[in-house]
Amino acid sequence: MRYALLLNYPEAGDVGLSDEDLAAGRAAFDEYLKALNTAGVFVSTEILQPVSVSTTVTTRNGELLIQDGPFADTKEKLGGVFVIEVPNLDAALTWAERCPAAQYGVIEVRPVAVTAQGDEWITPS
Amino acid sequence: MDHPELIGIEASGGTEGGGGTEAGGAGASERDRAGDRARARSLAETAARASYGRLLALLAAPTGDIAMAEDALSDAFEAALTAWPESGIPANPEGWLLTVARNRQRDAWKSAAVRTSMPLDAVPELAGGTAEPDEDTMSAIPDKRLALLFVCAHPAIDPGVRTPLMLQTVLGFEAAQIATAFAVPAPAMAQRLVRAKRRIRDARIPFAVPDADVMPRRLPAVLEAIYGCFAIGSATDPGAGTGAGAGAGADAGAEPEAGMGATADPDSLAGEALYLAETLAGLLPAEPEAAGLAALICLSQARAAGRRDTAGRFVPLDEQDPARWDAALIVRGEAHLRRASSLGRIGRYQLEAAIQSVHCARRITGRVDLAALRALHEGLARIAPTLGALVSLAAVIGESDGPDAGLATLDRIDPGAAQRFQPAWATRAHLLALAGRADEAAAAYDRAIALTTDPAVRAHLADRRA
Repeated sequence: MRYALLLNYPEAGDVGLSDEDLAAGRAAFDEYLKALNTAGVFVSTEILQPVSVSTTVTTRNGELLIQDGPFADTKEKLGGVFVIEVPNLDAALTWAERCPAAQYGVIEVRPVAVTAQGDEWITPS
Repeated sequence: MDHPELIGIEASGGTEGGGGTEAGGAGASERDRAGDRARARSLAETAARASYGRLLALLAAPTGDIAMAEDALSDAFEAALTAWPESGIPANPEGWLLTVARNRQRDAWKSAAVRTSMPLDAVPELAGGTAEPDEDTMSAIPDKRLALLFVCAHPAIDPGVRTPLMLQTVLGFEAAQIATAFAVPAPAMAQRLVRAKRRIRDARIPFAVPDADVMPRRLPAVLEAIYGCFAIGSATDPGAGTGAGAGAGADAGAEPEAGMGATADPDSLAGEALYLAETLAGLLPAEPEAAGLAALICLSQARAAGRRDTAGRFVPLDEQDPARWDAALIVRGEAHLRRASSLGRIGRYQLEAAIQSVHCARRITGRVDLAALRALHEGLARIAPTLGALVSLAAVIGESDGPDAGLATLDRIDPGAAQRFQPAWATRAHLLALAGRADEAAAAYDRAIALTTDPAVRAHLADRRA
């Protein structure tokens, strides 16, 4: 079963993190990634740039609306995604618990519904 | 009751009264047939009651799809009602039901597989099943109900729906019956249950008993959900889980939601809680708190008949006639409690059970051991300082050290929390009356009465006030 761990946390700029803080954070994520790979559950990850460079796109009744900023303006923002392949929710929750961002943010665990390979839609089993 | 054993033929004999018999003024052979049908129905109902949860857990475990397992199982029961009167009751009714249900499940899977091109062999239990009822199936059948209980009380499941889920999946209750018990509109309850089951399937909550290292984190939610069933069941039972022996005449000790009064049939719901608790205790023999909860519910339920007099009036704990208590249930509760304490890890439910045990001992000794009661309440307030536990402690201190000491203890409880807590007001009223502060007592009784929904308890408090 494939799960997405959605990392929501206050952005570094908003809470004023120092370079050392960021370096420590990167080291923690480095460890986490190695652990995921060692366990053979890692599928992919994308860590996102801040919402200050985010742009939203909507079309309603054929009308295009492009706006600056994120989809929802909240204190904690979607900052990244880890996709993992594990047998069940308990295993996914254990990995979410180990994610460094769980200590200062909120990890939302969502089962993946469909993914794609080439032109093929695939339902991960 | 701990382990509903396989129902054999003997279950059908002599239990004629079980199913409604439709035999009218028909001829003898027709009456026989109707009798057979009634017998089959009765047996199917017994089977449903005794083994519903076992079969459902087994059917749902491989895929996590509880709704589909429920459909398959109810089809199997339907099939039994048709087949058994014709072909006779199978030697192993449970095994028969399981096989038929599995076949239905496989059919449903096949048609789903056609739609989604999902490989059938992804479900090992479905891949290699037998089409014919297998008489040996049940002897080797694993009991997956424990895993099912952990699924129902999984942290990813809304706490409010955990008890209803248990009632539905382990005991086979309809959503409408559960809705009545929880005083919730039936469609709302049905929707909550459907949503929870979909979540279990789609998020793939595993049907697994947690490993020893996670067990301490996961077990409390299971115990709490069963306790919740009991609390609703005993909502009209002031004195549940308390000592307030004390004739505080209050629901001291019960959780806040208890005592607020559900409108359900409390006796049967408390009975279901007892069944769940004893099932859990039987399946987790190394967990003292599971046995403690079973003991607590046994010992509290044992006094059920004593809580009302013949005229239906409420009788406070210290005035109950022990002759009306259920002696056999007390013995069973004491056995659970002894087993729990032999495991050497004290906990909240064991303490509450021990408090109940002290009250039940009055049946033998004719008196209540106040010192023991007080020590147990102090222990409970220390390890599980719920509002109920704190109020119960105040009541017992009032009993042993005098009303002023009780009131002083009561005053140390956060007033904000106690403001709308009926037992706090009933206890305060009782202690003020004992202290001879009549006006204040009357005012406190008024508050207590206003917070009480059970008419019998209201009448009792009004009597005391007068």
